[in-house]
Amino acid sequence: MFDSPILKTIFGRLTFESFPVHEPILLGTFIVVVLLGAGIVAAVTRYRLWGWLWSEWFTSVDHKKIGIMYIMLGIVMLLRGFADALMMRAQQAMAFGANEGYLPAHHYDQVFSAHGTIMIFFVAIPLVVGLINYVMPLQIGARDVAFPFLNNLSFWLTAAGAGLVMVSLFVGEFSRGGWLNYVPVTNLQNSPDTGPDYYLWALQIAGVGTTLSAINMVTTIIKMRAPGMTMMKMPVFCWTALCSNVLAIAIFPVLTGAFALLMLDRYIGTDFFTNDLGGNPMMYWNLVWIWGHPEVYVLVLPVFGIYSEVTSTFCGKRLFGYSSMVYATVVITILSYLVWLHHFFTMGSGASVNSFFGIATMVISIPTGAKIFNWLFTMYRGEIRFELPMRWVVAFMLTFVVGGMTGVLLAVPPADFVLHNSLFLVAHFHNVIIGGVVFGLFAGIDYWWPKAFGFKLDPFWGKLHFWGWVIGYWVAWTPIYIVGLMGTTRRVRHFDDPSLQIWFVIAAIGAVIILFGILAFVIQIAVSIINREKLRDTTGDPWNGRTLEWSTSSPPPAYNFAFTPVVHDLDAWYDMKSRGHARPDGGFRPIHMPRNTGAGVILSGIAAVLGFAMVWYIWWLAALSFVALVAVAIGHTFNYNRDYFIPSDEVARCEREHALLAGAA
Amino acid sequence: MASHALNGDPADNPTFYLVEADEHDHSAGGGTLLGFWIYLMSDALIFASLFAVYGVMATSYAGGPTPREIFELPLVAVNTAILLVSSITYGFSMLAMEEDRLGATRLWLIVTALLGLAFVGVEMYEFGNLIAEGATPQRSGFLSAFFTLVATHGLHVTIGVIWIGVMLVQLVQRGLHVENKRRLQCLSMFWHFLDVVWIGVFTFVYLLGVLR
Amino acid sequence: MREHLFLARPQRLGRAALAGLPLLLAGCQRAVLNPAGDVALQQRDVIYISTALMLLIIVPVMALTVVFAWRYRRGNKEATYDPDFDHSTALELVIWSAPLLIIISLGALTWWSTHLLDPFRPLNRISASQPADPKVKPLRIQVVSLDWKWLFIYPELGVATVNEVALPVNQPVRFDLTSTNMMNTFYAPTLAGMIYTMPGMQSTLHAVLNRPGTFDGFSANYSGAGFSDMHFRLQGLDRAGFDSWVAAARASGRTLDTAGFIALEKPSERVPVIHFGAVEPSLFRRVVERCVEPGKPCMSEIMRHDSHAGGAPFDNRVGAGMPAGRQSVPPHGNKPEGALMKDNDEKGSAPNVTKPRGSEPPGSTQPASPKNRDMSQTTLPPVPGVSGTAAA
Repeated sequence: MFDSPILKTIFGRLTFESFPVHEPILLGTFIVVVLLGAGIVAAVTRYRLWGWLWSEWFTSVDHKKIGIMYIMLGIVMLLRGFADALMMRAQQAMAFGANEGYLPAHHYDQVFSAHGTIMIFFVAIPLVVGLINYVMPLQIGARDVAFPFLNNLSFWLTAAGAGLVMVSLFVGEFSRGGWLNYVPVTNLQNSPDTGPDYYLWALQIAGVGTTLSAINMVTTIIKMRAPGMTMMKMPVFCWTALCSNVLAIAIFPVLTGAFALLMLDRYIGTDFFTNDLGGNPMMYWNLVWIWGHPEVYVLVLPVFGIYSEVTSTFCGKRLFGYSSMVYATVVITILSYLVWLHHFFTMGSGASVNSFFGIATMVISIPTGAKIFNWLFTMYRGEIRFELPMRWVVAFMLTFVVGGMTGVLLAVPPADFVLHNSLFLVAHFHNVIIGGVVFGLFAGIDYWWPKAFGFKLDPFWGKLHFWGWVIGYWVAWTPIYIVGLMGTTRRVRHFDDPSLQIWFVIAAIGAVIILFGILAFVIQIAVSIINREKLRDTTGDPWNGRTLEWSTSSPPPAYNFAFTPVVHDLDAWYDMKSRGHARPDGGFRPIHMPRNTGAGVILSGIAAVLGFAMVWYIWWLAALSFVALVAVAIGHTFNYNRDYFIPSDEVARCEREHALLAGAA
Repeated sequence: MASHALNGDPADNPTFYLVEADEHDHSAGGGTLLGFWIYLMSDALIFASLFAVYGVMATSYAGGPTPREIFELPLVAVNTAILLVSSITYGFSMLAMEEDRLGATRLWLIVTALLGLAFVGVEMYEFGNLIAEGATPQRSGFLSAFFTLVATHGLHVTIGVIWIGVMLVQLVQRGLHVENKRRLQCLSMFWHFLDVVWIGVFTFVYLLGVLR
Repeated sequence: MREHLFLARPQRLGRAALAGLPLLLAGCQRAVLNPAGDVALQQRDVIYISTALMLLIIVPVMALTVVFAWRYRRGNKEATYDPDFDHSTALELVIWSAPLLIIISLGALTWWSTHLLDPFRPLNRISASQPADPKVKPLRIQVVSLDWKWLFIYPELGVATVNEVALPVNQPVRFDLTSTNMMNTFYAPTLAGMIYTMPGMQSTLHAVLNRPGTFDGFSANYSGAGFSDMHFRLQGLDRAGFDSWVAAARASGRTLDTAGFIALEKPSERVPVIHFGAVEPSLFRRVVERCVEPGKPCMSEIMRHDSHAGGAPFDNRVGAGMPAGRQSVPPHGNKPEGALMKDNDEKGSAPNVTKPRGSEPPGSTQPASPKNRDMSQTTLPPVPGVSGTAAA
C-alpha cells in the first residue's frame, strides 16, 4: 500500500503508519497542542499581530529581544520536558511486580531520552544563553552584541532544533538511546528507525546555533566593553559568561564531530562506531563526554555569576573576594576539560588512569568551594533583603552543597564502582542541575524581569513557585538517592522488588509538588502582567543595583545607553550613584544601530526542512533545501544595507520620556 | 584594590558618560576579525577530533586495504604543492588589496580559486580511484576515518572556492569597499588555515601511513 | 515577616528527616550498604570515609549559611552592616585551603583505594581477617551479556548457566566479561560493584563472596528494549552446596554449542534460568573475538593478516580478503547499508513503534502476561526441557 516507487520517492519512508493515530497518549497530546496552536494563531490573526511579531520580534537583531525569545523557548520546552518527567515518575511509581505500568519499553525509552535531551539542550541552554544575551551587553555598557545578525540566526537555529524534536513526537518517533544517543543502541543495525536521526539532526542544527552564539558573546565581551572597564572591573556575571562561552567554543566542535561521524555511519554506512569492521563504540562515548562534562560547567558557570550578582545586590555589599571568584571561575573552566573519563570509570581503564581523572574531578570542588565561601562571606555583615532572587540563593547554597558532596563521592572510583549508573547518580546530577542551574535561572528571571519589562514579578506567586520547587526537589530526589544506595539502576521501567515502591511513590509526590511550583511560575507571570501597573518600576533600578544594566531605563531603549557609560570601579553603577553622577539631558547624537533582517528565520526554517527531509529519506527535498540554504546564505552577503542611524531627536524624545517617568517616581 | 572615592579622591568629579566621540561604532571591524579567528579555532577543534578519531582507527584495516597499498604519494605531493602555492597567490592578492589595486587583487584571487579547484579536482580523482579499487569508506574503520578527515578538508576548500567566487562578484559590484576588505581578510585567514590543516593531513595521514 | 517564612524551612526539613528515619535505616540494610562480599564491603567503607571527610566542611557551610542568613537579615538592628567588607587575606586563605586539605586527604584515599580495589587486580584477602592463599587459583567465570540476558560459563567445570551465577563462599572468583552486541554493565551490588561488558573487548573483575544467600544482579547500562528485566540471580553457596549445584547443572544434559549459542543470542526478554551441562570450550574466546559463526575469521587472525598484507578491497564483509574459506556473514547479519545507498524499495516505512503489531488489541487482561510488555517482545529460543523458552 505504501510501497509504490513514486510514493517512496516523494515521501521517503514517511507513510501513514508513521503517525501515532493508535496511541491515545500521543493523540491526546497532539490534539491539545493543535488546539493551543490554533488558538494562538487565531488570536494573533484576530489582533493583527503577525506584522508586529515579524518586524519587531522574529527578525529583530536587538540582543534584548533575542534574549527574551530564548527564555520563552526555554520555558515552553521546560513544560514539555517536565511532562516527560511526570510520565516517568508515574510509570516507575506503579510498575512493580505484576503491574507493567502504562508505558511499553519503546515508549518509555523515548520518554527518558527526550526528557534528558530537551532539558539540557532546549531548556537549560536557551535559558542560560537568553539571560547572557539580555544582561551581558547591558552590563558591559554596549549597545548590542558584536554580531547582531548572527545572534538572531543562532536563536532561530536553536528554535529549529527544538522544533524538530517536537515534530518527532507526532511524526515517527524519537531516539531511544538516552540523552546522549549512545551507540551501540543507536547504530543503524540496532535502531534503523527515525529516532536517532531526529536526535542527530535536531542537535546538529541547534549545536551550530550554540557555537555561533558562543563566538558572538566572547567577541562582544572582549571587544565591546565600556571605556574604563578593564577585565578585572567586569561584573562577575560577565566573567562567568565569558568562561562559559569560551568553554562552549572549545567543546561544541567535538560534539558536532561525534554526531557527524554517527550520521555518516547511519547514512553512508561507514564504520566509526560499529561493532565490526574496525569500528569502536567506546570512541563515541569518549567524544560525547569530552563535550558532556564541560557542558555542565557551560551551564553552571553563568548561573554562579547570577548568584554573585544577586547576593551582592541584596546584601547591599560588594561581592566578597571578587578576584578569587574570577580565578575560581577560570580554574574551573580549564579543569572541566580534564575530567570526562569519570563518566566511565567502570569501563576498566586501569587504576592509575581512573585515579588521575578521579582526583582531577575532586580538584574542581576546591574553586567551587571557594565560591560558596565567597557568597557566604558576602552575606556576612550584609543587610540581606529576602526578595525572591535572594531566596533562591539561600536555597541553592543549602541544596547545591549536598549535590557537590555526592558528586565528589562519585569521583572516588571505588565508590563509583558501586554507585555508577545507579539512581544515586541520577539523583546527584538532578541535585546539582535543579539545585544549581534551575534555581539560579529562576533567581535570574526574578531579578532581571523588572529590567526587561518595567515591572516586578508578583511576590506571592513567586513564593509559591519558590517553595514548590524547593520542597518538591527534596521530596522528589531524596528517595531516589536512597533507592540508589539500595542498588537500583537507572532507566528501568519495571521493578520486581515491591519494597522499593514506597520510595518511588514519594518521588512521584515530589514531582507533583514541583508541578505546582511550575504552575505557580506560569500564574506568577500572568498575574504580574495583569497587575503590571501596581508592580511598575519607573526608576530603572528597583533593587538598588550595582551594575550598569540598572543605569538605564526599564525596559531599556533599543540603543541601551544614549551615552556610553565610563567605568571607574568594579560596581560601576553603585560607584556612579554614590559619587553623584549626572545624566546628561541634552546633546544627543544620532546612534548607529544594526538593521533587522529576516535571513535568520529563513535560513533556520530551511535547515529544519533539510533535517526533516534527511530523517525521512526524502532525498529530493533534502537536496532542494540544501541548495536553498546555500543560496540564501550567499544572497544574504549581498545585502550591504545592514545598519541605520536613530536620529538624535528620536533619542532625545526617548530619553526625555525616561526622565519624566523616573521623575514621577 | 578599588578605591571608594566618596571624598578626598583626586578624581572627585570624574566623567561618567562618553559625550563626545563614540568609540564603539568603529571597533566593529576588529570585532569581526577576532570573531572569525575564534570561529577558525572552533573549526580547528573539529579537525582535531577528526585527527584523534583517525589516530584511533589508523590500523583498523579489518582485513581490507592498508595505506601502503592505496596511497599514491606523488599525486598527493603535487596536491600539497598546489595548495601551498595557492596560499602564496592569496598573499599576493592581499598585498594588492592593501595597495588598493582592484585589478591585481581580482587577478590573484582568480589564480587562487583555480589552484583551489585543481586541488579539489585532484582529490576527487584520488577518491574516485580508491572507490573504483573497492577501497570505499564502508570497507573498514581506517578507510572511514581517512575519507572523512580528507573529505572534510576538501569540503572546506570547496567552500573557500565558492567564497572566492562570491567575493569576485562583490568586488565587481562595489570595488574595494571597507566591508569587502574585511571579508577578504577573513577569507585570507580561512585559506591559510586550510593550508595549515593540510600540512597536518599530509604528514599525519599520508607520510606516516606509508611509513607504517 | 518574609525572613520568618524563610527560616521555617530548616525546622520543617528536620522534622521530615526525623519521620523518615526508620525508613531510611531500613534502606541502609540493603545492597550497597550491606554487602556480602569483601570487595563491596571495602567499597562501602570508602563511601563512608569520604562522606565523613566531606561532611567536615559541608556541615559548617550549611550551618553558617543558615546563621548568616538569619543574623544579617535586613530587620536585625543588632547585626553589623559593613558594606565595604569585601576582602580579607586571612579569610581567603582559609576558604581556599580548607577545601584543599579535604581534597588532599580524599585524593590520597582515592589513589590508594583505586589501586587496591582495581577490578583487574587479583585479591590479596578473602576478608578483613583472612588473607588470600596465593596458591589457590581463583575460580574462573566467563560472562557474556546477550540481548537481553546473562550467560555465565564455568570453563574449568564445563558448565554454563543463563541468568544465574553460583559462587562458593570465601573462594576468590575471577570474572572475564564481554558482550555480543550492546554495551551492558555487570552489576552485583552486594558482591563487587560493576564493570562494563563491551562487544569485541574483554574486561575483568576479581571478587569474593563471604556470605551464603541469594542476591540480585542487574545490567546497569541501558541496552535497549529488554534492559529493564535483564537480571540475574547471584547464589552464594557453601562448598557442598556448590558441588551439588554443579552436579545438577551437569545432570541437565543440555549442551551449549555454537548452534545453541547462535540461537540463544537472538534478542529475548525475561529468560528463565537455564543450565547447561557442557559447553564448547572455545566459545568465550570466539565471542570476544567476534567469530562464533562458523567460518568467520577471528579478530586476532584479522590483525595478524592486517599486520603484513593487504585485503580484498571489493568485499565489504567482515574478514573478506582473508584466506579462502573463511568468508562468512557476520552474526548480526550483513552490515546494513547506509541510508543514502538505499533504493526506493529498501527505504521501507518507519512506523511509530508503539503501534501494536497484529490486528488484535495490545496487552492482556491477565497480570504478568508477556503481552503486557512492549511490542518488541521476541520469542524465546527453544531450549529442550526448559519450560517457557519454546516459542509460545
